[in-house]
Amino acid sequence: MTNSVANSIDRYAKLFEQLDQKNEGAFVPFVMVGDPDISTSVNIINALISGGADALELGFPYSDPIADGPTIQQASIRALSNKIKTDDNFEIIRQVRAAHPNIPIGLLLYSNLVLKRGIEKFYQDAMNAGVDSILIADVPLREADRFIAVAKQTGIKQILIAPPNASDDTLAEIGEKSQGYTYLLGRAGVTGAETAVTIPASALIDKLTQYKVAPPLLGFGISTPAQVKDAIQSGAAGAISGSATVNIIAENLSQPEIMLDKLQSFVTEMKAATHK
Amino acid sequence: MNHLDSKFGDYGGMYVPELLIPALDQLEQAFIDAQKDPDFQAEFMGLLKDYAGRPTAMTLTRNLVNNPKVKLYLKREDLLHGGAHKTNQVLGQALLTKRMGKTEVIAETGAGQHGVATALACALMGLKARIYMGAKDVERQAPNVFRMRLMGAEVIPVHAGSGTLKDAVNEAMRDWSASYDKAHYLLGTAAGPHPFPTIVREFHRMIGEETKAQILEKEGRLPDAVVACVGGGSNAIGMFADFIDEPSVKLIGVEPAGKGVHTAEHGAAIGKGTKGILHGAYSYIMQDNDGQIEESYSVSAGLDYPAVGPQHAYLSDIGRAEYVSVTDDEALNAFQILSRKEGIIPALESSHALAHALNMADEAEEETIIVVNLSGRGDKDLAHVHSILGDQNHD
Repeated sequence: MTNSVANSIDRYAKLFEQLDQKNEGAFVPFVMVGDPDISTSVNIINALISGGADALELGFPYSDPIADGPTIQQASIRALSNKIKTDDNFEIIRQVRAAHPNIPIGLLLYSNLVLKRGIEKFYQDAMNAGVDSILIADVPLREADRFIAVAKQTGIKQILIAPPNASDDTLAEIGEKSQGYTYLLGRAGVTGAETAVTIPASALIDKLTQYKVAPPLLGFGISTPAQVKDAIQSGAAGAISGSATVNIIAENLSQPEIMLDKLQSFVTEMKAATHK
Repeated sequence: MNHLDSKFGDYGGMYVPELLIPALDQLEQAFIDAQKDPDFQAEFMGLLKDYAGRPTAMTLTRNLVNNPKVKLYLKREDLLHGGAHKTNQVLGQALLTKRMGKTEVIAETGAGQHGVATALACALMGLKARIYMGAKDVERQAPNVFRMRLMGAEVIPVHAGSGTLKDAVNEAMRDWSASYDKAHYLLGTAAGPHPFPTIVREFHRMIGEETKAQILEKEGRLPDAVVACVGGGSNAIGMFADFIDEPSVKLIGVEPAGKGVHTAEHGAAIGKGTKGILHGAYSYIMQDNDGQIEESYSVSAGLDYPAVGPQHAYLSDIGRAEYVSVTDDEALNAFQILSRKEGIIPALESSHALAHALNMADEAEEETIIVVNLSGRGDKDLAHVHSILGDQNHD
């Protein structure tokens, strides 16, 4: 039962409190769990943590990821072609959690993986594996209530997305319902480093504050330390970088040791840019 | 909040990134306004009549059925401009595109029929069309690719995933999530997120309305059954919509059994699938135990889709419509029979509906009137069928 005791700690709240004291923002790398295989995936996640990641955003491979560009799609394909199953994904996270009791771990995935397992079972399995939060890319606020209800029962935080085109009503609803952090979309479109983030106008950040949304982490199109710095200066609580991280994996599949070194130093550079 | 019901029982909904919700809401509002706007309706009806050729004929088959108790009618959507029912709703959505002030259209296509319909409507209305098509489909549907390009559409091959229709839909949705300000996603079937299943049904419902009027005129009574093929389910829902509240009329949807529903190679989402979410809607889908989407299969590219429109899932669950399946071989057989006996070459999709209707006709013991929605013509399938049958049927 050590897991559930550890999980009753609000790791995100603790993280943001500590970062505040150090006058830093958060850097959160994203990788696909199981990419390219189970053992390399565990090593990859450990390298991200060694590099200084403040929290982890982990994807589950899915056959039809409509919110993802080519880089993350390929990561899914690599994992799925190695026959990675949902059970394997939870096992990988269990191993990471056992070694790192304090780092917040978030999942970013698609609704059908959750529904097929059963919402309650999926969230409970995630909790047991040591997951802190779940963001479902294709569940907008309008469909979110039954997921939020199960999240509350199990102690998982349901992460909500604030898109750049969100209406005031949407932001107000996110304010009411968000927990852990808010995923602030840096631009329209799908994931990918090819199209750069647009740093949000201070007006949007002011609105997020006004509606009391959980701390906003800016994502989509963040691949350089300068973008991380800009994100944090604009008022975001931190930055998430997915495709840039996954690109390092894709480019170094044949040389895993070099891949891990590069991932670690990438995270270190990005993290260094979070100092205010 | 939605102004129209976004669900059919539990099915349907809007399972898309938050980013797309404003675009879907804008579309819903434009549709609601257009349905009440006499100018929009007049323009839509005018195009259907003078450009597309509505109403389409209703043909009583002369030689197809041996059972004297059975009358088998064909609703001739194959005669519509473009060669299939698809043109109906594409004209409607193209008008909505203009109404929303958008200048570009994104579409997906499998066999190419929806792509061709989109291309012709965009040529007519001065809209810029880009059409995503699985790389495999681009190869096996070369004549339709040429048709689309001839009418000015850009055809973009999709190499991701299985390189077929479902991947083309994924890519169209990805495009839309970056371009919704000036582009409309002109989805081609009665599936996808709300409001598409409702819009597509309403823009095809004249199929059933005409059928009802025509059969009443010819027979003085309603048919005993209407039969339509179901991939995503647009022609079927267009045929069913006006008969749902007529309990004496059986609604029968025919899914592709491919090489047999006991094999992995079929596309019978209602018959053999399980509940889940694909392309924004909760419905019956083909998936593995983890929820990864499985690839469907059918000899007919237009039915080769691993999900089904959410209203069909609902009609099946409440028992209002019945869904059966027909194999490749049965469909190919019906394709040849209709050609030989009536001089009408049907689309392979529609051949599925016809094959089931022929079985019903053989088994009928009472006076029975059946209407098959002949949703498209077979010109696009000639090379494919020729390659399967060779020259065996030339005797």
